Parts: sequence; C-alpha cells; structure tokens
Amino acid sequence: MTTTTVYDEMIEARRPPDLRSGVAGWLRKNLFNGPVNSVITIITAGLMAWALWPLLQWAVLQADWIGQTREDCSGEGACWVFISARFETIVYGFYPEAARWRVDIIFAMLAALIAWLAIPRLPAKRWVGLFALVGFPVVAYFLLVGGHFGLMYVPTREWGGLMLTLTIATVGIVGSLPLGVILALGRRSKMPLVKSVCVVFIEFWRGVPLITVLFMASVMLPLFVPTEVDFDKLLRALVGIMFFWSAYMAEVVRGGLQAIDKGQNEAGQALGLSYWQRMGLIILPQALKLVIPGIVNTFIALFKDTSLVLIIGLFDLLAIVRAGLTDPNWLGFATEGYVFAALVFWVFCFSMSRYSQYIERKLHTGHRR
Amino acid sequence: MLRSSSRARGPLWRNPAVRALVFQAILLLALVALVAMIVFNTMANLEARGITTGFGFLNERAGFSIPQTLIDYSGNSTYARTFIVGLLNTLLVSVMGIVAATIIGFAVGISRLSTNWLLAKLAAVYVETFRNIPLLVQILFWYFAVLQALPSPRQSLAVFDIFFINVRGLVMPDPQPLPGFEAVLWALLLAVGMVALLVLYARRRQARTGKALPMYWLGAALIIGLPLLVFLATGMPLEWSIPEMAGFNFRGGVTIIPELMALWLALSIYTAAFIAEIVRSGIQSVPHGQVEAARSLSLPGNITLRKVVIPQAMRVIVPQLTSQYLNLIKNSSLATAIGYPDLVAVFAGTALNQTGQAIEIVAMTMAVYLVISLVVSALMNIYNARTLLKER
Repeated sequence: MTTTTVYDEMIEARRPPDLRSGVAGWLRKNLFNGPVNSVITIITAGLMAWALWPLLQWAVLQADWIGQTREDCSGEGACWVFISARFETIVYGFYPEAARWRVDIIFAMLAALIAWLAIPRLPAKRWVGLFALVGFPVVAYFLLVGGHFGLMYVPTREWGGLMLTLTIATVGIVGSLPLGVILALGRRSKMPLVKSVCVVFIEFWRGVPLITVLFMASVMLPLFVPTEVDFDKLLRALVGIMFFWSAYMAEVVRGGLQAIDKGQNEAGQALGLSYWQRMGLIILPQALKLVIPGIVNTFIALFKDTSLVLIIGLFDLLAIVRAGLTDPNWLGFATEGYVFAALVFWVFCFSMSRYSQYIERKLHTGHRR
Repeated sequence: MLRSSSRARGPLWRNPAVRALVFQAILLLALVALVAMIVFNTMANLEARGITTGFGFLNERAGFSIPQTLIDYSGNSTYARTFIVGLLNTLLVSVMGIVAATIIGFAVGISRLSTNWLLAKLAAVYVETFRNIPLLVQILFWYFAVLQALPSPRQSLAVFDIFFINVRGLVMPDPQPLPGFEAVLWALLLAVGMVALLVLYARRRQARTGKALPMYWLGAALIIGLPLLVFLATGMPLEWSIPEMAGFNFRGGVTIIPELMALWLALSIYTAAFIAEIVRSGIQSVPHGQVEAARSLSLPGNITLRKVVIPQAMRVIVPQLTSQYLNLIKNSSLATAIGYPDLVAVFAGTALNQTGQAIEIVAMTMAVYLVISLVVSALMNIYNARTLLKER
C-alpha cells in the first residue's frame, strides 16, 4: 500500500528577495550592509560633512574672485585675487612681455603634440613622435632663447613660472627616456665592462636624493669643467635631473626587457639580424609597450620633482608663487598660494595617471576576470 | 664544396668576441679620459680659488648653532659633530615618518577594499589627492599655511592642559628618568629575549603536535607586563616635566619644533598614499582561488585572512614597501626648504657655505644616503630569497 501526499490548498508564496535594485537597494548593498557598515557609513559621512563644508565655504562660497588689490578681499574666504593679480608672472616668470608670444607658440605646439600622441586614433604616430623628440626641442630652443633670426635674446635667468616648470619637465622626459633605454640595454649586456658601468651608474643615482644631485649640479659641476666654460645654471640643473631620472627609467625599461621571451631574441638571431636590428625592431617595441604605465609613473614623479629646483634658486611655478608671498602688499596669503600651486601640479599629474590607466586597460587585452 | 675553416670565419671585424673587446677598450679609454679631465679641471679650479682639499676641515670649529639636536652640540663643536647631529635629525624624522606612514597607509589601503562604498571612495580620494601633489608643495603648505598661522605661545591651544600647540611648536610633557630606571629597560630587553625564545619553542611545538600557542597574547603580556612589574616594584622611578607658561615662553616639557612637525606630517601623508596603493595591490594580487580553497576547507574568515591572504600578500607588499621607506628617507632631505636641521640642511647647506669644501661635503652627504640604500637593498634581497616560492 502506498501513501501519497496531496496538498489540497495553495502553498503560500515566498517573500520576494530583498530589494536589489533602485536607490534603496543600492544604499542597502553598499552603505548599510550590516550594523558595522552602517556605523562606518554614518561616521564617514559625518566626518566628510564636518571637513568638506567649511572647505567649500572657504574655497568657493565666501571666496573673492574679482579685483586688483588686497582691499578687494573681504577676508572671510579665500582671496583668489592674489592669484589672478599675478597670473601673468605665474605663467611666464620674468620673461620679457614683448616676447611672450614666443612662449605661447611653444605652449600651443606642446599641447598639440601631446594631444596627437595621446589620442590613439590619430595617424602617423611614428613621425609625430620623432618630431616631438628631435624637431620640437630644437624649435623650442631657438624660440625661447632667441638671439637668432632677429629674435630678442632672453637669458634663462629671466625664465620662470609654469613655463620653466614645463621646460624642465619636457627636457627631463625627452632626455631621460632614451638615456634610460640605453642604460637598460647596457645593464643586460654580456660585456662585463659595459654591464658594470651601467649598474654603477644606475645604482648611484637611485641611491641618492634628487636634492643632493641638484646641489652637486650647482656647486660641483662648475668645478669639473674648465673655468672658461660658462655653464648655465638651468642647464646644470637639467643635466642633473636627466641623469637622475634616466636611472629610474632604466630600471622600468629593464623590467619590460626581462618580461620578453628569450625566443624572440633567438628568432631574430636565426634570421641574421644584428643586435641593434633585434633590439629596435623586435625587443624594444614589445618591452616598451609592456611598461608604458611604469614610464608614465616615472614621468609623473619627474614632473612633481621639478619643484625641487626652487632650492637651488630657479624660479619654477612653486618658487614664483612663494616669491609672491613675500610681496609686502600681499602678506598673509600663504594658504591661497600653496593651494593654487598644489592644484596646478595636481591637474597635470592626475591627468597623466588617468591616461596611464587608460592605456593599461587598452593594452591589457588578455585574460581578464 | 666545403670551404676551409679559416676562411669561413670571415674578416676579423665580424668576430663578435673581437668586437666586444675593442668596444670595451674604447669605453674604458673614454671613461679614463673623462675622469682624468674632471680631476685635472677640478684641481686647477680649486687651486685658482685657493681651496685646499681634504677632510681636515672636519676638526675645525663650526661656529653655528642648530635649533634641534639629539646630542650635545654648541657653536664650539666641530664640523664632524655637525655631520652627526644632522644625520641623527634625518634618522629621527625618517623613523617617525615611516611609523606614521605605515599606519595611515595600511588603514587607507584596506579601507579602499572595503565593501562600504563611502569609505572606499574616501580612501580613493585620499590616495589620488596626496599622491599627485609634489611633496615640496605639501611641506611648504603645512609649514607656512598651517603651522605658521597658529597662535603665539601666550594664546597656545591647550589639550588637557599638558599639551600646548603654538607657532613655536608642540610643547608636551617630558619623561625624566630617576636613578633605578635602568632596571625597567633591562626588564624590557629580557622580555624581548624571552619572547624570541618562546617563538622558537612555539614553532617547534606546532611542528610536533600541531597545536599553536596564543603567541600574540603571550608576547604582548610579556613585553608589557614584565617591565611594568619591575617599574612598579622599583617604586616608579620616573618623573614628568610638565610644561608651564613662564613669561613669554614655556618652561619645562619638551618642544617639538614646527619644522619637524611640518616635515613629519607631509612625509607621512604623502608616503601613506603610496603605501595604501601597495597594500591594495598586494591584497588584490592574491588569487581568488586561494580564498575559495580556504573556504572549502571551512576555515573561518579571520584565519583565512591571517594564514592565507596576508602571508601571500606580504610577499608582494614588503619589497615595494621597503622602496617606499627608502624614498621617504631620501625625501626627508627636502627639510632644507623649511629649515629643519637635517643632514642636507646643516651639512650640505650651512657647513658647505662656510667652508667651501663642496666636493668633500657633497660626497659625504651622498655617501650616507647611498650606504642606507645599499644596506636596505641587501637586506631586501635576503628577505626575497627567504620568501621565494619553494617550488619542487
């Protein structure tokens, strides 16, 4: 005999799952998911409100934007008049006013070149890149320094502000990358002397702070050359910065070189390619592509550290802002000055780091979860 | 048809071994020429300027005072003493910075992985803000915009009436050891030794029986308990010097100069942003399968974290962390911008300006940082070799 169970009434419907969509669902999932998280959310939100509201009031709501002198500032919020009144100096430094159009041209060219190289869809990357590395520095040198073709000569001690910061950063980047590649190749060389020279060079620069390098460039380099040679102060700093960062660049590139399979090199050898053909056509294109994020990170570090030149008496963006703070007409605006300088540097560095992340995602076409 | 081997070799300049030799010989010649030129020029330049080379200046009287010294120092001290004072100040701010940056960095890095959206975003904003602003700007901001805006000593901000913050720095109670305090230090040393032995024993015991001792609790109890016991038994041989307002300044207590505070704040906050990223990437680098495997063995969450995730994450984190510590030590040289008396400021700055011995002083300063870097790198290589995956 078998028994069968038969329901003679409907089973009650189960409750639907928790609300998982919409604003309430998002809030529950991300902010109030359990008692601990709820407490964390409330504390964090409270802290943010406590810190951000006065900041917003100071920086925007109660700030003064328009005017010429410090009397135009109410004193309740930030006095951005301090920045706008000396904006020209912050951008051009002491560059003679009549010649500032030359700086503008270089700014425009730099922006166009960077945009061209950064936007993947634009063609002829190789030629534009070659121009950026070789042609542009020459054009920039003749335009900025002057003294030829009827242009007024502008000594480097009159350079300053954002223009000087960008000059140092660009020269540092353009100089340290090729030097770093050579050093990285040298470090992997089979020739013992070449290898040891590169290792010592790299480890030396990586072991000392940039500031001592700048000190060395400003007090020791003049001793190393004959007295007759007049070594420009800016040029000395640039040499120091280039050597210093090329060592970091070399280590980044070495990481890429090590990641390339040995078979690639051996295949090149089997085809009878010379060392430079193998490196230039097979190894380096792959290795450099792998380490683009690392290279950009080094660029960011280099850009941030251009501010150190103020210690040896060059007037970069930060130094110009700082010099403005000692103006007797404008005492007491240290916060505005440094916040502005921080903001300018932040915009440059943050865009570079975003771009590096974008490239990383674009190149990372392999396995992804 | 076979050719004879002597002809198959081809001309000499196609032989890789010969070419390598020639190339290296040229490089060597160029290097020797460069060095000779530098030495020759330097000698000529120094002679023209009337500077004698050598380290004799180290025994001369320095003749300037330094606002913060960890050892006895006065204007009558020698330049060698200046060097040591600067070095100690560099090490002081570096150690303080490393401790603070590690704590903030780990907190922010772990927060960034939190399931709490608000906390994770806040941590991300912290990282992206402070990582992308030059350290020098941050140092100057803290020093000139924040600390210089503090009130004068008479209007100090008081915390519990024992800590006072003003434009001249942070004044706080200073512990003064009385005779007999050495016993507490010896007890601490003893406790550390005992814990080390206990760890060895616990490891062997676990290997034999599979049972673990509660080492965290035992260790903490020993290291805190034993010195505390000795401290109480010897009749608390410690006195606090409490700062008091006297005239225009404070008497008693110990003052942390604003330069040190600004540098410490900036170094910690800046480096913490990098450490946070390292911690995050380290934890994320542990394959998810590891956590799933631990879960399928029904390990509880905290054991999974402590015994599975963290040990594997540390392998990624520690080398990068060390390089951040080295960066912090090197970055502490930015002290010279606000006048904190570190090695670069007092030795490569003031001492160099007074003596003009540029080569010796810059070389000594660089050598200090180089030695620190090389020692830490060597220790790092040992660590890497020990934590390498033991693959069979």
